[in-house]
Order: sequence, then C-alpha cells, then structure tokens
Amino acid sequence: MNFQAVKAIYIYEMKRFFRTLMESLLSPVISTSLYFVVFGAAIGSRIDQVEGVAYGAFIVPGLIMLSVMTQSISNASFAIYFPKFIGTIFELLSAPVNAFEIVLGYVGAAATKSFVIGVIILITARFFVEIHIQHPLAMLAFLTLTCLSFSLFGFIIGIWARDFQQLQLIPLLIITPMVFLGGSFYSISMLPPAWQSISLFNPVVYLISGFRWSFFGTADVAIGLSLLAILGFTALCLSLIWLIFKTGYRIKS
Amino acid sequence: MSVVEVNGLSKIYDGGLEALKSVSLRIEKGEILALLGPNGAGKTTLISALCGISSPTSGTAQVGGYDIATQYRKARCLIGLVPQEVALEPFERVINTVRFSRGLFGKARDDALIERILRQLSLWDKRHSRINALSGGMKRRVLIAKALCHEPRVLFLDEPTAGVDVELRRDMWQIVRGLKADGVTIILTTHYIEEAEAIADRVGIINKGELLLVEEKNALMARMGRKTLRIDLQAPVSAVPTTLVGYDLELSPDGTSLSYHYDTSGNGTGITRLLQALAQEGLGLRDIQTTQSSLEEIFVSLVAEGTG
Repeated sequence: MNFQAVKAIYIYEMKRFFRTLMESLLSPVISTSLYFVVFGAAIGSRIDQVEGVAYGAFIVPGLIMLSVMTQSISNASFAIYFPKFIGTIFELLSAPVNAFEIVLGYVGAAATKSFVIGVIILITARFFVEIHIQHPLAMLAFLTLTCLSFSLFGFIIGIWARDFQQLQLIPLLIITPMVFLGGSFYSISMLPPAWQSISLFNPVVYLISGFRWSFFGTADVAIGLSLLAILGFTALCLSLIWLIFKTGYRIKS
Repeated sequence: MSVVEVNGLSKIYDGGLEALKSVSLRIEKGEILALLGPNGAGKTTLISALCGISSPTSGTAQVGGYDIATQYRKARCLIGLVPQEVALEPFERVINTVRFSRGLFGKARDDALIERILRQLSLWDKRHSRINALSGGMKRRVLIAKALCHEPRVLFLDEPTAGVDVELRRDMWQIVRGLKADGVTIILTTHYIEEAEAIADRVGIINKGELLLVEEKNALMARMGRKTLRIDLQAPVSAVPTTLVGYDLELSPDGTSLSYHYDTSGNGTGITRLLQALAQEGLGLRDIQTTQSSLEEIFVSLVAEGTG
C-alpha cells in the first residue's frame, strides 16, 4: 500500500478546494438561503406541516442531500477528468500506485469536500429554522455514505467522459431530475398513488428518506431499505471502478 | 546486468496499427541511449509501454530486474519520465506540483532534495509561480524536476528538446550529463541527430515499430561513416583528368576542388594512390581536408534502406 501516494493525491485535491474556498463554500450557502426564501418563507407559509414537521425544517435533509449529491459528482468527476483532459494523467499511470490508491485519494478528497459542504448547509439552515436531529449518528452515517457513493459515481463519470459536454450530461439529465423527484422538497406520500409506486424505482428516494428519518424519525420507506439502497449503490460503483481499472477503459491504451 | 531489458515487446493498437514489432533491447547501467526515429516510428510507444502508460500486446520487460507488469511498483519506483507533451496543471504552483510527484512515487517529503533539484534546474526563484505564468522552456524544466524528485535510477526523456531554444538545449544536455555522472541511466528519444551525436553513448534507430539497430555511437559512425576528402587545386581545371576517372571524383562547379569519397572500414582508402596520381597529372594542391558523414546522413540512409 502506497500511503504516501494516497496522501499526496488527497492533499493536492484538497488544496484545490482551499484555493477556491470562497467559491466552494459561498455558492452552497447562497443557494441554500435562496431555497429557504423561496420554499421555506414564500411557499412554506402556505404549507402547514409535513408528517408533523414544519415545512421549513422538513426540506432541510432534502436540501443537504441535493447539494451533497451534485457536489460529490461534480467534484469527483472533474478531479479525474481534468488530468485526462490536460494530459497529466500520465503521471498517475506511471507511478507505483494501484487503482485502489488512486480512487482512495481522489474519491476521499471529493467526499470530504461534499461532506464539509453538507455540514455548512446544515449550519446555514439553523439560521432559518429550528432543527433537532433525532439520530445524529445515523445522520452522519447516511451523510458519509452518500458523499462516498456519489463521489465514486462521479469518478466513473469523469473516466467515461470524453469531453466537457459528457461531463455535464449525466448530472444534468439523470441526477438532477432524480434528486428533484426523489422527495427533496416533499414527502412521497403527498403524491397520487400511481406516482408513489413509480417513485419507488428512484434510488434517490431511499437515500433522502433514510436521511430524513435520521432527522425527524419519519420516513417514506423502511430505514433498513434505505440503508440497503445506499450500500448497494456503493457496491455497484465500486465494482464498476474495479472493472474500469482492470480493463484500462478510457484511461490506458 | 542490464538495468533495462526488453524482450520481444509488441504493441498493436485497437485500430490494428502495429506500433512496435517485437522490440528487444538491453540498456546498461549509467549509459545514455538515444532512440532516433522519424515521427510515428514508435519511440513514444516504446517508452509508454515501459513506463506503464500503455499495456504492451505481447513481450516482457524488466527495469532494475523487476518485471514491469508483475512487479510494477518496484519497477516504476526506479523510473522517471519526462513526457513529450508539456502536461502540467496550469494553476498549480511549481513547488506543489513537484512535491505531489514525489509523494505519488511513495517518497516522504524532502524539502532539501527538492530545493537542490529546483536550483539545479534554475527553477528555485520560480518555485511559487503558477505554471501558467512560466515560459515554455521553464515548463519543460518543471517536467524534469517532477521526473527527478523521486530520485529515479532510469530516466526516460521523450524528445526533451523539441521546440526548445539553443541555450536551453545546451542546459538540458548539461543536466543529462550531470545525471549520468550520478549513475542515472538515460534513455532519450529525439529526432535531432545532433543531440544524439552530442550526448549519447549508444544510438538506437527505430522506424515503423522496428528497432533497426542499436550500436555504440562512435562505432556506428566509424562503421557507417563515409569520409570525404576535399582537394583544393592551385589552378582550376575544366574536367577531371582521364587518368583519374576511376576514382569517381566530383569536380566543383568552378573547377577549383575535387571531392573523393572513401570508406574508413575498407582495407585501403585509396588516398595514397590518388595523391600520387594527382602529382603525376601535375596538379598542384592548395589544401586538403576530410569530413566525416554525420549521424544524420547515416540515419537517413538506414531509414531509406528500411523503407526501400
């Protein structure tokens, strides 16, 4: 195990984050505040409570998930796409590192960044609404697993993408709709029965539901199922990455 | 024992292009080997395969006794690579990118070493500059610093002086000679023949994926080197005298000099007889000089043979 290499990649990537600290932190804080103004104050005042929780507070877990998922994907996909784009990937390929160490460095850094952003959104939210977290440990576990699995997914996108358009394609066409339709701003039970059934095919529903459960103790789907969903997604991404490095797909000729 | 051993290495790209055709090569510790070849000859493919950037289709290679596929960690720790393309992260600072490279190769941070390397490459004053603020030549130095910062024993330089000004080229050669003095084995690709002539111990000529020959530079030049004897005459002549036709002489347009081509590897050069014949013809000599054909001419004739 080349720990030095993992450390080098991790620190190098984190430095990029700190170099653009204002942009990295300011944008989630601003967008969260906007969501609170629009959904919390403007619309929320007309919605009483959802499952016994004030609407403003109810959307907090969904908002955090929304940012964490999109940030994880964009951070991790960019981190590995950029070296491919500018050619510095040669150094990774010629270094005495294996796939696991490369993934650990890049995905570890991307997941750390989105974790920090998630925490910052939570802190920002507390300025707007009162939140009490019922299961803090479960909350941290869900947050960590989401950061990790979506960073892994982003890493795959970064390897697969041949240009900047493709880099944006999956987040834009698949992830954003999935997250918005995954109950970030509503409970699945608020939908007509047919749409409720369709929603159950959306994996993001399980993640948001589980995360929301850790806050308020209420969930759309069983908490065990949520846990299984996120673990299954992580396992899927890990096997895809294993396959990528085994075959050298789009990184090695 | 050879520090680099390549046995029957082949590379066929997905499109069917055979970029390397069963290349076998041994490189001795501490030598400078120049791989010469036209564009697309397979020089970069060979280096990429040895460094782990592309996977060879067949064949094996060892670096420092370690197999590049099965013992890639140990093999790659010994290797430094300076790529042909200037691939650097534009917004990063020089010192950070160099430290990153050292870490990537599993070495603990060593500021003293990095300072020494950066000073040696005249980069120390620029260590806090962003890469995109550096000139092209400076960027190339950064690539070298990155390749050297994990103290490799075998250094691959893929066209290190392509598009580099004369001064930097001479600096680069100086650096390469310094590394050789430290016992580092250097494999460089180039299509500047003067570069191979100036610094290489051995020269390999590669064309269309085949290694045509690997030979000591001096031996190669002596073996293949045709020499030319130029004889300046005291008085111009209008034609080569008939008695001298057998020598295959070339008369300069103004009739003041004769050129005679001979081969040093032959038994006799024929110079003595020629000079006697000239004296018998009563031609007075003003000056004589000999020139040896350069590697470039040898290279061109070899590649032409290979394609002919």
